[in-house]
Amino acid sequence: MSNPQLVMYEEEFQEINDVIGRLLKEANSKVIFLVDKNGQLISGVGETERFDTTSLASLTAGNIAATGGLAKLIGEKEFSILFHEGEKDNLHISIVAGRVILVVLFDSRSSLGLVRLRVKKSSEELASIFEKLMKKSEEKEKRGSSDFPFAEITDDDIDNLFS
Amino acid sequence: MSFINYASREINCKIVYYGPGLCGKTTNLQFVYQKTAPDAKGKMISLATETERTLFFDFLPLSLGEIRGFKTRFHLYTVPGQVFYDASRKLILKGVDGVVFVADSQEERIDANIESLENLRLNLKEQGYDLDKLPYVVQYNKRDLPGAMSVEELRRELNPTNVPDYEACATTGEGVFETLKAVAKSILVDLKKGK
Ligand SMILES: Nc1nc2c(ncn2[C@@H]2O[C@H](COP(=O)(O)OP(=O)(O)OP(=O)(O)O)[C@@H](O)[C@H]2O)c(=O)[nH]1
Ligand SMILES: [Mg+2]
Repeated sequence: MSNPQLVMYEEEFQEINDVIGRLLKEANSKVIFLVDKNGQLISGVGETERFDTTSLASLTAGNIAATGGLAKLIGEKEFSILFHEGEKDNLHISIVAGRVILVVLFDSRSSLGLVRLRVKKSSEELASIFEKLMKKSEEKEKRGSSDFPFAEITDDDIDNLFS
Repeated sequence: MSFINYASREINCKIVYYGPGLCGKTTNLQFVYQKTAPDAKGKMISLATETERTLFFDFLPLSLGEIRGFKTRFHLYTVPGQVFYDASRKLILKGVDGVVFVADSQEERIDANIESLENLRLNLKEQGYDLDKLPYVVQYNKRDLPGAMSVEELRRELNPTNVPDYEACATTGEGVFETLKAVAKSILVDLKKGK
C-alpha cells in the first residue's frame, strides 16, 4: 500500500496537544486543527465546538489535495503553505512532515507574520513527534504485537453495527 | 488508509463511490443521509456544479457505533463521474479503504461503465493499490428503468472477479444500504486480519 496506516497512541496524542495548545496561545489564534492528508481529524484545540470539525477536516484535505495537484502541474513539489484571508477570520494552512495538515484560524488580534513565525517552530516539534509515531507503529507491526483492537472481532460484532 | 486513534478510541475508514457520470453515486449518499439518525451522521457536503453534477466530491461522515469500545466511523466520498474530471478522481482515491463501483444499468451506458471501471483500476494502480486486493463491491443501479440490461449481462461485463454485487434503485433507496453494509463489512474484516 502507498501509505502506512496512521495510528495514534496516548503518549504522542498528549505531546501533540501540548504543542498545538502552546501554539494557540503564542500565535494569539482562535482555533487550531491537525488533519490527516486523507481528511481525518487528528486533533483540535481552542474554540473547536464552534465548528463542524469533521467537515472542516475533509474540506481542508480536499483543498490541500487540489493545490498539490496544481503544484505538480506547474512543476512544484507542493505548496507547503496556504493562506485564506476573510473579512474577520483568516486561515493559515501548512503541511507538517509531509503528511499532516496544520490549520490555524486567527483574526485581527494576531497577524500573518506572527502566525507564520510560530507555526514554523511548532511544525518542527510536530514533525519529530510524527516521526516517532511512525517508527513506533512500524516496530509494533514488525513484532506483530497484538494490541490491535479488531483482531478479536466476530461477524456478530460487525453485524450489530448495522442493526 | 484507516486511521486508528488509541487515545480517543476511534477508528476512521474511507469509502469511495466510483462510477460513470450520472450513474447515481450522489443519489446513493443522499439516500443514506436521509435515512440515518441525526446523531449518527455529520453534515453532507457536496461540491457540485450549478446543474448538480459533482465537481470535486460529496462527503458524508457516518458513525455506526462501537466495536470493542472503539467508535467506528466511516467517511463516504463520491467522485465526479464525468470523464474530464480525472485529476479530481485521483485525489479522492487517496487513502481509500474500500470502493463501491456504481454501474448504470441502462444499455446505452455500458461503454461508459466499462471505461469508468478501467479508469478506477488505473487510478488505483497509480497510487499503489490493487483493486483485487481492496474491499470492493459492485452496485447495478437504476434497475427501475425499462432499458436496464439483465444482471447476468452486467455481471459478465463489469464483475468478472465475482465480488459481492447488488441491484439497486438509488432514488427509492432499494439496495443502497445493502451495498454500504457489504463494503463496510469487508473493510472491517480486512482490519481484523490486521492488513
Ligand atoms: N430512474 C432512476 N434514476 C436515478 C437512479 N439513481 C439516480 N438517478 C438519477 O440520475 C441522475 C444522476 O444522479 P446522480 O446521483 O447525480 O449521479 P452521479 O453519479 O453523482 O453523477 P456525477 O456527479 O456527474 O458523477 C439524477 O437525476 C438521479 O435522480 C435510479 O436508481 N433510477
Ligand atoms: Mg455526483
